[in-house]
Amino acid sequence: MENSINIKLKIWRQHGPKEPGQFVEYPMNDVPTDISFLEMLDMLNEQLVERGEEPVVFDNDCREGICGMCSLYINGNPHGPVGSITTCQLHMRKFNDGDTITVEPWRSAAFPVIRDLMVDRSAFDKIQQAGGYVSFNTGGAQDANAIPIPKEAADEAMDSATCIGCGACVAACKNGSAMLFVSAKVSQFALLPQGKVEAARRVRAMVSKMDELGFGNCTNTGACAAQCPKNISLSNIARMNREYLKMKFKD
Amino acid sequence: MEDNKKQTGKIVDTTSIMGNYAIYSDEKVNSKIPEGPVAEKWTNFKAHQKLVNPANKRHLDIIVVGTGLAGASAAATLGEMGFNVLNFCIQDSPRRAHSIAAQGGINAAKNYQNDGDSVYRLFYDTVKGGDFRSREANVYRLAEVSNNIIDQCVAQGVPFAREYGGLLANRSFGGAQVSRTFYAKGQTGQQLLLGAYSSLNRQIKKGSVKSFVRREMLDLVVVDGRARGIIVRNLITGEIERYAAHAVVVATGGYGRVFFLSTNAMGCNGSVAVQCFKHGAYLANLCFTQIHPTCIPKHGENQSKLTLMSESLRNDGRIWVPKKKEDAEAIRAGKLKPTQIAEEDRDYYLERRYPAFGNLCPRDIASRAAKERCDAGYGVGTGNAVYLDFSEAINRLGRDVIEARYGNLFQMYEMITDDNPYETPMMIFPASHYTMGGIWVDYELQTSIPGLFAIGEANFSDHGGNRLGASALMQGLADGYFVLPYTMQNYLSDQIKVKHPDTNAPEFEEAEKKVRARIERLMNIKGKRSADSIHKQLGLIMWNLVGMGRTAESLMEAIKQIDEVKKEFDTNLFIPGSADTLNTELEKALRLEDFITIGKLMAIDALHRNESCGAHFREEYQTPDGEAQRRDDEYMYVACWKYNGEDGKPVLLKEPLKYEAIKVQTRNYKS
Repeated sequence: MENSINIKLKIWRQHGPKEPGQFVEYPMNDVPTDISFLEMLDMLNEQLVERGEEPVVFDNDCREGICGMCSLYINGNPHGPVGSITTCQLHMRKFNDGDTITVEPWRSAAFPVIRDLMVDRSAFDKIQQAGGYVSFNTGGAQDANAIPIPKEAADEAMDSATCIGCGACVAACKNGSAMLFVSAKVSQFALLPQGKVEAARRVRAMVSKMDELGFGNCTNTGACAAQCPKNISLSNIARMNREYLKMKFKD
Repeated sequence: MEDNKKQTGKIVDTTSIMGNYAIYSDEKVNSKIPEGPVAEKWTNFKAHQKLVNPANKRHLDIIVVGTGLAGASAAATLGEMGFNVLNFCIQDSPRRAHSIAAQGGINAAKNYQNDGDSVYRLFYDTVKGGDFRSREANVYRLAEVSNNIIDQCVAQGVPFAREYGGLLANRSFGGAQVSRTFYAKGQTGQQLLLGAYSSLNRQIKKGSVKSFVRREMLDLVVVDGRARGIIVRNLITGEIERYAAHAVVVATGGYGRVFFLSTNAMGCNGSVAVQCFKHGAYLANLCFTQIHPTCIPKHGENQSKLTLMSESLRNDGRIWVPKKKEDAEAIRAGKLKPTQIAEEDRDYYLERRYPAFGNLCPRDIASRAAKERCDAGYGVGTGNAVYLDFSEAINRLGRDVIEARYGNLFQMYEMITDDNPYETPMMIFPASHYTMGGIWVDYELQTSIPGLFAIGEANFSDHGGNRLGASALMQGLADGYFVLPYTMQNYLSDQIKVKHPDTNAPEFEEAEKKVRARIERLMNIKGKRSADSIHKQLGLIMWNLVGMGRTAESLMEAIKQIDEVKKEFDTNLFIPGSADTLNTELEKALRLEDFITIGKLMAIDALHRNESCGAHFREEYQTPDGEAQRRDDEYMYVACWKYNGEDGKPVLLKEPLKYEAIKVQTRNYKS
């Protein structure tokens, strides 16, 4: 009962960060439509290795849409043409026989290409290290139910905390801004009593680190939220701007 | 039901032939369990253990390999305490570790629901769920610190699910009759890991933890009998690097990908366990590998992994297959839909066989029951699938409630299968998910190599023959936040006068040479097959012969076939490109070679254990109604395997298990 299609891949190949890259075409025949996009790339790599060539390098790990490791611009869309999923959750049944599929790495100044489709997203870690935490040492916590938190606040914090740090927001933004990513973390903590104590310090530290690392400015086009595989809302950015203003007034 | 399968002429008890596979030793294993009643052991230990004073902590370096729940929480906490921590992971960020994919929840004995929970009951359920093959003292400690974990995570800003009154919500998981599972939607692992990652980030900023990403440990360095460092490969540059410390902690997860297809992430591997094994660390109970009952069934030959559907779904989903074989056949042929099967023609086999626990019986039991129905010809889909049906819950609670509880899981299911689980039942089948076995550790989480510690899924310690749902997160964080940072000091207090180990020492020189030689050997095989294609071959052997049902015959056959796979690997592997730069094929090949070692040892362990117990089901040992038949008189011990050279047979040491606080009994989930 298995259906299959023939496709043509146009994949960005680039051996190193400083080397020039180019698109290389790979025709792929008899691709089962039940397999995932990354399994299709596995198939391609298996064929390349059989021919003695080097496989296409791409980041991936959990293959269930949660680790944030996979990326890829597919036909001009981060994580492919289907909304609200990551590349690893995309299946070949979303493509048609005869399609040409263009596959590129995230393209952003802050995410340099390492090889082929793999990029360096360590800038995200650096922003988190600047202040994406509650300053609290293991062992000193009071009972977990000591502070009731309204369900709405907890749910909203959870929605912000759903960010998987994949970088699609930065890749989708014409300015290469990391505002959605940073604001999701700032919001999660700003919504919870545990995070409020350091809210001002946190937003200052994270925003200035973001600026320092070469991410672009936000011009409210909203491409980030539209392309986010986890539907992180633009309202996070609004909340972060309020938190930032509050911090400025305090100063 | 089938009768006891003991057949004449075939080997059932392998004791007389084990000499062909292993050497049995009388050497004692010291588990260092403290004296006293089980409820007081941990308190007593902490009261009398040695500590390191703050000024000395600054001079002690600790390597932590892995950044999952166990690794990240340990690295962060040790950093907070003032030690110098070097933390490694193979991914591009510590936040990617596979703990992030845990869906359902984390257990704790808070008794917030007033349903009769207690530390003792969590302890009891975990020991019973593990089929009396875990250490009482470790499990009690785990239950004891479980409450601290929830407090800790809330303080970090982990957004657990809450009730309208603002207090924490709970749900139920398999093997328990109370609601003790805390959760954050279907993304509990993600939220707990991001919590640990945030604490880790705070220490990285402070400078007490140095983070090394995209580095893969390729060997342990032992100096004068103590773990003193590691050799890693920089996965981007291909460079081989050396790191030294006063102690090494491995938190590198389990070896579930030995089956190739599993719910584990693509990068999960058992290589560090094998490296430690070859330096003298024991590997324990390797045959206890968890096959999770609720995964999306395999769809074809190009499949790279299987996706778990959280056990929490069994709170509201009911598992069934058709009662009539002809219905099952018609469904498989596409002539009948599950929604067309009348209620009275459905066999809710878990509710039928295990009325007291029903759909929430433990994982090993639910998996085996699914296999039993499919083997008997009642499977749906390709024949290897059963239904997980929400129609009753949707009728009872409304679609909105079900969507709020499991929306993301339903969406994930639809993406993969193209079926809408609100309208038609999900299809599920068991898949490799977790390994209870692992590196042997004593009560202090120290391996048999002084200075080498193992935590989280990487060690064998707390789950016995079977792990209960929502207990992996609990154990990872218990080890990392609350146990290891204490117990390690018992060792480190003796190390304060030891100078920082030198990476130019001959042992480091030697270890690096060995690693380089190994890489060169693999690069030079220059055969025809990719690592993945050989890995798939190994996976099939493991699944068919060392999977959910095993026999002495199948295991002996497996060992033979695994040896053939090794030969194929040694002569026909092909790795394109070069080793001194990024090379994903080389990474896969190195991991695969170690999976072959683990696979064989797993089969030997399963062959020697002539009983059925937890996840280890030897078909020769079952009760007349098909339940696992333990042999406590012979096998109530931890099987510790010691390395004996590349060509030598592994050596078996036994750590006897004693049950003082719990009366040993046959597991019963029926009444």
